[in-house]
Amino acid sequence: MLPSTTTEPVAGELLPRRRRFGAETIFRWLTTGAGVTVLVIIVAIATFLIVKAIPALNANKENFLTYEGWFPNDASPKFGIASLAFGTVLSATIALLLAVPVALGIALFLSHYAPRRVATALGFVIDLLAAVPSIVFGLWGREYLVGPVAELSTWLNQNLGWLPIFGGDGPFGKSVLLGSVVLAIMVLPIITSLSREVFMQTPTANEEAAIALGATKWEMIRTSVLPYGRPGIIAAVLLGLGRALGETIALAMTLGAGFLISFNLIEVGGNSIAANIANGFGEAGEIGRGALIASGLVLFTITLIVNMTARIIVYRRREFR
Amino acid sequence: MMVALTARRLPRFAPVGIGAAAVVVAAVLCFGLGLGGVVLMGLFSAVLFVVGLYIATRIVEGPRAARNRVATSFIYGAFLLALIPLVSVIVTVLTKGTARLDGNFFGTSMNLITARDAHGGAYHAIIGTLEQVAIAVVIAVPLGILGAVYIVEYGRGKLAKAIQFFVDVMTGIPSIVAGLFILAFWVMVITPMFSADGRPVLSGFAASLALAVLMLPTVVRSTEEMLRLVPNELREGSYALGIPKWKTITKIVLPTAAPGIVTGVMLAIARAAGETAPVLLVAGASKAINFDPFSSQSSLALYVYDQATDSSKFAPGRAWTAALTLIVIVLTLTVAAKLLARRSKLSR
Repeated sequence: MLPSTTTEPVAGELLPRRRRFGAETIFRWLTTGAGVTVLVIIVAIATFLIVKAIPALNANKENFLTYEGWFPNDASPKFGIASLAFGTVLSATIALLLAVPVALGIALFLSHYAPRRVATALGFVIDLLAAVPSIVFGLWGREYLVGPVAELSTWLNQNLGWLPIFGGDGPFGKSVLLGSVVLAIMVLPIITSLSREVFMQTPTANEEAAIALGATKWEMIRTSVLPYGRPGIIAAVLLGLGRALGETIALAMTLGAGFLISFNLIEVGGNSIAANIANGFGEAGEIGRGALIASGLVLFTITLIVNMTARIIVYRRREFR
Repeated sequence: MMVALTARRLPRFAPVGIGAAAVVVAAVLCFGLGLGGVVLMGLFSAVLFVVGLYIATRIVEGPRAARNRVATSFIYGAFLLALIPLVSVIVTVLTKGTARLDGNFFGTSMNLITARDAHGGAYHAIIGTLEQVAIAVVIAVPLGILGAVYIVEYGRGKLAKAIQFFVDVMTGIPSIVAGLFILAFWVMVITPMFSADGRPVLSGFAASLALAVLMLPTVVRSTEEMLRLVPNELREGSYALGIPKWKTITKIVLPTAAPGIVTGVMLAIARAAGETAPVLLVAGASKAINFDPFSSQSSLALYVYDQATDSSKFAPGRAWTAALTLIVIVLTLTVAAKLLARRSKLSR
């Protein structure tokens, strides 16, 4: 309080005029600036990645989009995104196939099966799973999960080996399957928490109507909860997909880092854009870094599209409500 | 003729009995006939349990009840399945991580440690994590809170909608892309202008910038949610007393939302402390103790990665202990944040 500068408003007098560069204006510009920073950062990410990728792309002797190998540090650099993009999509898809049914099951368990009080505590446990750093999952997957997955792989190979995805004759271990299982564990919490929120919002009237018509609990869920939550589930799955596509360290430690387009899930191999950046950065030269940045640009574009689609679905739903 | 008023029901112990039988049969199949190990036994018993339960219920209670029971067991099973990795990770990290949990680990660095040395620690990495996360907080938290204030209090029209949308999109940016961005922008363009020999400089500060990029949308989102929970009556009461908007926001709205904002910031810190990928690209991975964030540093997460990919036979022990330290820090922050959120007066 500065008594000398504040003038007491007298009855009948006009209120003090708003100053052009007063605290209010400054504060408003400050907050607007902070908000705009977000847009600036997204544009800057795209710009700088493009600028730094162009020299490497010009030096590339092969088609960046279709070539499978990755030799950017050779005298005549050759590299392409094909096998990496394929590996990224493959591992993310398998991870989602594993994670989505389990995540929806957990979400239903928390929203409709567990008692309210227990559900809060158990939901917290799932949140803890989300808090474990990816490097810890990577370390755990490489040292401990690799045994059980190899055992499962051997069995799948012996009994279902006629399927191309389970074919080959080993060695089994750091495979797409291992990476995908780790990835599935990591995207589980995000899909669970989002779809749980949607399931909780199902109108009670719909649920009670189904029960009153004699539906079993599962029929009630199938006819009222799941249809109501469908846009939410799709958005949750897409957000999980975005997370799975961009996951780096856990995959760098559990995938076999090959450069082949192959549907085989259980043989040593598999790679992803992000894992390749982490693995290849250490020995990358000038062109090598540019090449990795170019692959990062592809990853950025893919995740941006996936995330924007998911958000648009969420927003539409919000307006619909 | 008697009419049954209640449908026939399976006895209560039936699911338990079927479950026990399924485990026994699976054990016989796997270990007796040598079909496989523990993993397959788990799979087999789950399949046998579901099939057995379905058949039994179908005979006694009818097909609809049978489907209901199968769905119920799937839903309970999904939850139990998710607990396995969580418990396994925590148990593994605890058992493996305690081997090197000594003063040497927390008091020394990896400077001059060769593959034959059993000692060596993570002091430098802990310093790095603390400094980098602190700098990232200093950058991202004010920016994030102001951005959220804009979205909730000032923003109208298309710009505010666009910012809100892209904040949501930005939460999904892969951490490695944030690292590449700082590499392409800060390390390769800005630092050569200031370094003595005009070469790019990898530094802990660059890692902080990448972490700030990752923290920013999380902070904006959580602050935004909290600001929306502040009752409008508080704002209106303040305006009625003739207090300008900016003062209302800084003195009334933000303090009311403070516990929730702190929770969001703590969760963002927990996430940033565990990030490896961006730090791997731009921090420089120094092995020596270095308090100066503008030169090469390491971090705990990066230390785990370095030790896990090292060929020394002593490296795995160090990696596990560092993983234990990291997980303790991250989980403590997370649990504290959640408890704080529960005590907050603003709740949904």
